[in-house]
Amino acid sequence: MYLKNIRLQQFKNYQKAEVQFSSEINCFVGINGSGKTNLLDAIHYLCLTKSAINGVDMLNILHNKDFFTVFGDFDLEGKEIEVRCIFESGKKKQLLQNRKAIEKMSDHVGLLPVVMIAPDDTGLIKDGSEERRRFFDNMLCQMDKQYLDQLVRYQHFLKQRNALIKQFADKGRWDSAFIEPYDREIISLSKKIATARKSFLEEYYPILKEFYNIISDNQEQIGVAYETHCSGAEFEKEFKASAQKDFLLKRTNMGIHKDDFVFEIEGYPIRKFGSQGQQKSFVIALKLAQFQIFLTHKKTKPILLLDDIFDKLDDNRIGKLMNLVADHRFGQLFISDARPERSKEILAGIGAESRFFLVKDGEIGNWDQ
Amino acid sequence: MNFPSKLIEDAVSEISRLPGIGKKTALRLALHLLKQKESVSEDLANSIISLRKDIKYCNICHNISDSETCSICTGNRRDRRLICVVEDIPDVLAIENTSQYNGLYHVLSGVISPIQGIGPDELNIEPLLDRIRNPRSEEKVKEVILALPATMEGDTTSFYITRKLKEFHIKVSTIARGIPIGGELEYTDEVTLGRSILTRVNYSAD
Ligand SMILES: Nc1ncnc2c1ncn2[C@@H]1O[C@H](COP(=O)(O)OP(=O)(O)O)[C@@H](O)[C@H]1O
Ligand SMILES: [Mg+2]
Ligand SMILES: [Zn+2]
Repeated sequence: MYLKNIRLQQFKNYQKAEVQFSSEINCFVGINGSGKTNLLDAIHYLCLTKSAINGVDMLNILHNKDFFTVFGDFDLEGKEIEVRCIFESGKKKQLLQNRKAIEKMSDHVGLLPVVMIAPDDTGLIKDGSEERRRFFDNMLCQMDKQYLDQLVRYQHFLKQRNALIKQFADKGRWDSAFIEPYDREIISLSKKIATARKSFLEEYYPILKEFYNIISDNQEQIGVAYETHCSGAEFEKEFKASAQKDFLLKRTNMGIHKDDFVFEIEGYPIRKFGSQGQQKSFVIALKLAQFQIFLTHKKTKPILLLDDIFDKLDDNRIGKLMNLVADHRFGQLFISDARPERSKEILAGIGAESRFFLVKDGEIGNWDQ
Repeated sequence: MNFPSKLIEDAVSEISRLPGIGKKTALRLALHLLKQKESVSEDLANSIISLRKDIKYCNICHNISDSETCSICTGNRRDRRLICVVEDIPDVLAIENTSQYNGLYHVLSGVISPIQGIGPDELNIEPLLDRIRNPRSEEKVKEVILALPATMEGDTTSFYITRKLKEFHIKVSTIARGIPIGGELEYTDEVTLGRSILTRVNYSAD
């Protein structure tokens, strides 16, 4: 698949902008703060109806305005899809496919796969377990509507159960009959979600390993340990037994919202023991494996967004990544870089069409090479 | 909106409190009433006042009623062994309109939702249990049909009620969910389709 063009209005620092893209490589160059990442984020919006950077739509409206629009034309394996994303402050976000309103955002998510690699992604390794759950859930949800439904239900029942526990705590009394319907749903959904996560990892892990070994110099053994207490035979018993703790702490202490995915190198958590370089390689491998999984399941090459990648990676890793590009492993590529000459040099020998755009104060023009 | 008359302004602000009615529609309705005979407004006002004052809720099923007990609960053609539990009054009307059901009803007046502070005590759940515990006629209840919305709150409420009904050893059923009549499988959303396969029923060729 590829994005043919994009039209922005009052999106972040863009008053109004329109660009035609190459179906191969597009490179946004311009000084820091000019709006390169914002442009990548606009593409992310079209694909996933939300920002890759901040979850609050309001923050993406140009200062002192009250709406933004992002329009774009996609080619999905020969099928034309025009996507419009419209957000007006105080109103529900609207998404249109070929001018037809899409009621549930989840019906759009998954249609147009996109993968973004950005330097800040080491949060995936360094931050708490929530980031990692979100990373895997995002992938699973885009491929499996049943999983999405289960996850939405789980989060809802968890909220209800936590509200109930707070009421019990206020009254100083636990009501087993009242909480039982929620326990039952949370237990049964936890088992299903844990099973789905586990079997997804079985498919994902070998791909991750392959990409890690391509990107990194050393051939270290990497691993992903899925930590959950929801898949054992004793889970139901343990969940019930934790009621006392739940009552004391006023929240639910067992269930798949406590799962973690621990990334390891040679058996040790990379978060604590991995070098900077290993962590970067790992993050890139995670994203490239995501690309590969989407390609397999969606039968189309996802759009790849590479933010500041030339700046944040050493020549060695850049070279390896570019070998993959030259091997036509990827489809349409969007790259941002503050230094146009460097990008031009790196992309020169790739053997793919590359188009350069100069971004300057929220305006997009062609870069005269 | 600026109004030339305080009277119009008051009327518009009252009418626009009704669901689905904005200021513009409210103004149109108010001006419409002014064009009609005075008796039209009087009849409307009176009917609203007596609706609010004289309406009763059936002391058995909690449906709206003109008398202490509603016409369904007192109807002599009704099968008193069946109780259909619904979330609210419009659901009774919807099921009645199908002409497929001849039992009695029980209106819960909501579904359980701790986030919104609605627990079993806020709903007519205890009165339902009481109806089964102390039947008013010689005929005992033999089946409770749960016809609650196909939402997460509907489901948890159904489960809660089912547990409470356990001690009575009566049949508890729930209305079927799945593919709409005339619906194509490929256009049915995946979740509905998935669940309707899981809850498939025996096919009878009789
Ligand atoms: N809602 C907004 N309205 C106006 N400007 C914004 C908004 N959000 C971000 N910006 C501006 O966008 C610029 C950052 O753009 P960005 O795409 O991150 O730059 P870079 O080219 O370095 O990637 C900053 O100057 C920031 O102030
Ligand atoms: Mg940037
Ligand atoms: Zn009645």
